[in-house]
Amino acid sequence: MRNAPIIQDSAMIESPEIMPAKSKLQHEVSTILEHYQHDKTRLMDILIDIQDENGYIPAEAIDYLSHELNISTVDIRQTVSFYHFFSETPRGKYTIYLNDSAVANMNGRKAVSKTFEKEAGISFGSVTEDGLIGLFNTSCIGMNDQEPAALINGAVFTRLTPFRASEIIRDIRAGKQVEEMFVASYGDGNNSSEFIKAVVNNHIMKRGPVLSDQFKPGEGIKEIVKMSPEDVIKEVKISNIRGRGGAGFPTGLKWEFCRNAADQTRYIFCNADEGEPGTFKDRVILTEKPFMLFEGMVIAGYAIGAKEGILYLRYEYKYLKKHLENALQKIRKLKLLGKNILGKKGFNFDIRIQFGAGAYVCGEESALIESAEGKRGEPRDRPPFPVEKGYLEKPTVVNNVETLCSIVKIIKNGGEWYKNLGTKESTGTKVLSISCDCRYPGIYEVEWGFSVNDILDMVGGDDVQAVQVGGPSGSCIAPNEFNRTLCYTDLATGGSLIIIGNHRDLLKGIILNFMDFFIDESCGSCTPCRILTVLLRDKLKKIIEGRGVMQDLEDMEDWGKIMKANRCGLGLTAANPILTTLKNFKNLYLNKIQINKDYDTGFRLDEALREGMKASNRKVSVLENK
Amino acid sequence: MEKKVVATSSLAGCFGCHMSLLDIDERILELIELVEFDKSPVNDVKKFSRRVDIGLIEGGCCNEENVHVLKEFRAQCKVLVSVGECAIMGGLQAIRNTIPLKECLDEAYLNGPSVKGCNEESIIPNDEELPVILNKVYPCHEIVKIDYHLPGCPPSADLIWNALRALVLDEKMEMPYELVKYD
Ligand SMILES: Cc1cc2nc3c(=O)[nH]c(=O)nc-3n(C[C@H](O)[C@H](O)[C@H](O)COP(=O)(O)O)c2cc1C
Ligand code: SF4
Ligand code: SF4
Repeated sequence: MRNAPIIQDSAMIESPEIMPAKSKLQHEVSTILEHYQHDKTRLMDILIDIQDENGYIPAEAIDYLSHELNISTVDIRQTVSFYHFFSETPRGKYTIYLNDSAVANMNGRKAVSKTFEKEAGISFGSVTEDGLIGLFNTSCIGMNDQEPAALINGAVFTRLTPFRASEIIRDIRAGKQVEEMFVASYGDGNNSSEFIKAVVNNHIMKRGPVLSDQFKPGEGIKEIVKMSPEDVIKEVKISNIRGRGGAGFPTGLKWEFCRNAADQTRYIFCNADEGEPGTFKDRVILTEKPFMLFEGMVIAGYAIGAKEGILYLRYEYKYLKKHLENALQKIRKLKLLGKNILGKKGFNFDIRIQFGAGAYVCGEESALIESAEGKRGEPRDRPPFPVEKGYLEKPTVVNNVETLCSIVKIIKNGGEWYKNLGTKESTGTKVLSISCDCRYPGIYEVEWGFSVNDILDMVGGDDVQAVQVGGPSGSCIAPNEFNRTLCYTDLATGGSLIIIGNHRDLLKGIILNFMDFFIDESCGSCTPCRILTVLLRDKLKKIIEGRGVMQDLEDMEDWGKIMKANRCGLGLTAANPILTTLKNFKNLYLNKIQINKDYDTGFRLDEALREGMKASNRKVSVLENK
Repeated sequence: MEKKVVATSSLAGCFGCHMSLLDIDERILELIELVEFDKSPVNDVKKFSRRVDIGLIEGGCCNEENVHVLKEFRAQCKVLVSVGECAIMGGLQAIRNTIPLKECLDEAYLNGPSVKGCNEESIIPNDEELPVILNKVYPCHEIVKIDYHLPGCPPSADLIWNALRALVLDEKMEMPYELVKYD
C-alpha cells in the first residue's frame, strides 16, 4: 500500500494528458518562432517581437526559447543583455527613452528630464510602481537637428520642452494612445505619408545627386541588365567612390574582393545603423529615397553575385518600418526586385529588413553581421574580412546607405560623370548632417572639398568656438583650422558636423558627454577600450572640477596612445574627444589645472566619508574629533 | 656613509608584506648596517621622530585612519613605495567596491547568517573611537603621490631586498623575471 501512490506519481509524469498546458506566453512565443521558421540565427527578430509584445523579455520566454531553439539560456541572455532596448524586467506600458546626447543636452534636455521625473514621480532608469511609465536614457537617436527628442513606445517626439513633457505624462495617465499625443503636425516630405506619420522633419537644406528630385525608380537597374557584373564593378571603380559610412574604403575594390571570393553564396548588407552621435542623414535618405537605396542594393547584389540583401536598420528608426516595407512591395511590383528582375532570366534578388536593438558598435560591419546572426554585437577579429567570410560565414559586402544611393547615380550617369564632382581623391558628393549652434541645422549635400569656413557660411554659424567633425569618434577642431577641407585626405568624415558656439562649456558640456557615450557603448572585449575610457573620463572630470595637475594632461596623452591596441574602430577612436581637444584647445585644460601643484590625486576625504558616516549614523569622524 | 632612515606601515593589509620583508632572513643583519628604522612595526616605534628617506606602505586605505597615516607618511618620507597588491590595487578588500557600502555593512552587522537576530538594536558600529569607513577601498596612489610600486602578494623577500638595496645605495634595481612573474 505504501508504495502505491509513488507508482501512481511516476505513471502520471509520463502520461501525456497531464503535461502542463502551454501558457499564454508560450503560445505567443510559438507563433513568433513559427514566423521565423525556428531559425536561431533570427534570434534578434524573435527577441524584438517578444520585447515589443510584452514590454520586456520574461525569464519564462527565455527558458522556452532555449528549449525550442536548442540554445542555452546563457547564450540567449548574453544577447539580451547586450542591447539597450532589450530588458529582462518590465520597462513600463509607456516607455520613454529620452535622448542623452551632447546636442540634446545643449538644447535644454535637463529641464525636460527634470519635468519627466517630477511628473512621473520616478527617476530615470526606473518604472512607476503601477508599471505605467518607464523613464530611460538613450544614446543619440538621430534627431540632432530637432532636439531634445525622445522615443515613446517607438514613436519619435521631437523638440521637447518641459511644458510638453508634463503634457505627455498627463496624456499617458489619461490613457491616450501614443499617436494621440502628438500636438505638432507631421513633418515635411514623406514624414507625413500614411506609412510614417511622424513629427520628424527632414530639413533638407541643399540637394545634390543623392537627394535630387530627378530620380526615377529603375533608372539604375535598367542600365545594369545590359551590363555584365564585372562591367558594373568597373564603372564603380572608375567613379572612384569611397564608402560613406566613415571608413572610406573604395567601394569598387570591396565589391571586386567579394565577387572574387570562392563561395558562390554571397550577401549584401546595407548599414543603416547610423549610431554616430550627430549623424542623421541616413534617416532622411531612408525617409525620402527608399527606392533609390533598394535599387543600390540590387545593383550591388548583381555586381557581387548575391541573391539576398539585408537592410540592417537601427531600432531607433523602427517608425520607418511600414514605409520601407511598403517601398519594397512597390518595387517588387515594378519587377525591380524578386525573380527575373526586369525580365532578365536568373537575375534574382530580394531584400529583407533586419532590426538592431540599440548598440552603437553594431554599426561596425563585423559586429553588424554578428548581430544579424542573432548574437551579441561584438566585432570580429580580422582577417578574415567580411568580403571573404561574413554573414553565415559567406562572402559579404557591407555598405552605407548613402554609398548605395550614390551607386545608382554612378550607374545611371557613368563613373566619369561622377568623377567630375568633388576633388581628385575624393570624388562625388557627401550628405552632411549639421546640427547645434547655427541658424539652419539640417541636411546638406555638398561636393567634397568644402572648407569648414564655407560650411559655416552656408549654415549660418557665427561666433563658433569649435566644430566637431565626424561625431565623437572624429575630431574637435578650433577656428584656426576652419580653412581645412572636407575630403578623405584632410578632414574625412561620415558626415556629422556639430557646431559648438562660443558660449558653450566645451569640456564639461560636450567632451565629457562623448566619453560617457563611448564607455556606455564599448562592447568590453578589449581591455584598453573597456578600462582606459573610464580612467580617461575620470581624469577629465577631475580636471573639470579643478583638481587636475600638469601630470594629468601628460597621462591622458600617453594613455591615449595605448588605445591603438583595441580591436575595432570604436576603441581606436574612443579617446579622440580628449586627444583632439588636448591638441586643439590646450588652453581650456591649462586654465583648469592647478599650476602651483605638481601632484593631486583628486581624493577628497569628506566625500569619501559621507556614505560611511551616514550608514553608521555619525555626525563627526575620528579625525574631526581630534 | 650615513645610514638611510626607513619607516614602514601596514594600512588595510594583512601584514603579509611585512612578513615577507622579514623573510630576507640573515640579510637583515646586512640591512641594519645600511639603514635605521624610524616609525615601523618592525621595531614597534609608533611615531615619526624625524623626516625619513624611504617609506614602505603595505595595504590600501579602507578607513579614515589609513588615509591619515598615509598622508603623514607622504609628508615625512622623501621616497614612498607601495608594497604589494593591497597598496597598489586595494587587494582582496576592494571586492567590496562593487557593492554599495550600506549593503556591505548591513550584510556584515544585520543580515548575514552569523549575525541575523543577534544584533537586536540593529547597530552598525559607531563608537566615536572607531575610524569611519571610506565609501570604497582606495589604492594608495589614489590618495597621495607614490614614487614606486613593488608588485606581488606579497612581493617576495628577494624583491623587497633588491628594492631596498637599490634605493639605499642609489643603484639600478635588479628585477629578474622569476621575481616578478606570478604563476
Ligand atoms: C563603432 C563603429 C560604428 C560604425 N557605425 C556605422 C554606421 O552607423 N553606419 C555605417 O555605414 N558605417 C558605420 N561604421 C563603418 C562600418 O564598419 C563600415 O565601414 C561601413 O558600413 C562600410 O560601408 P561603406 O564602405 O559604404 O562606408 C562604423 C564603424 C565603427 C567602428
Ligand atoms: S575596441 Fe571596444 S568596441 Fe571594439 S571590439 Fe574592442 S572592446 Fe569592443
Ligand atoms: S599584498 Fe598580499 S601579503 Fe601584502 S598585505 Fe595585501 S594581502 Fe597581505
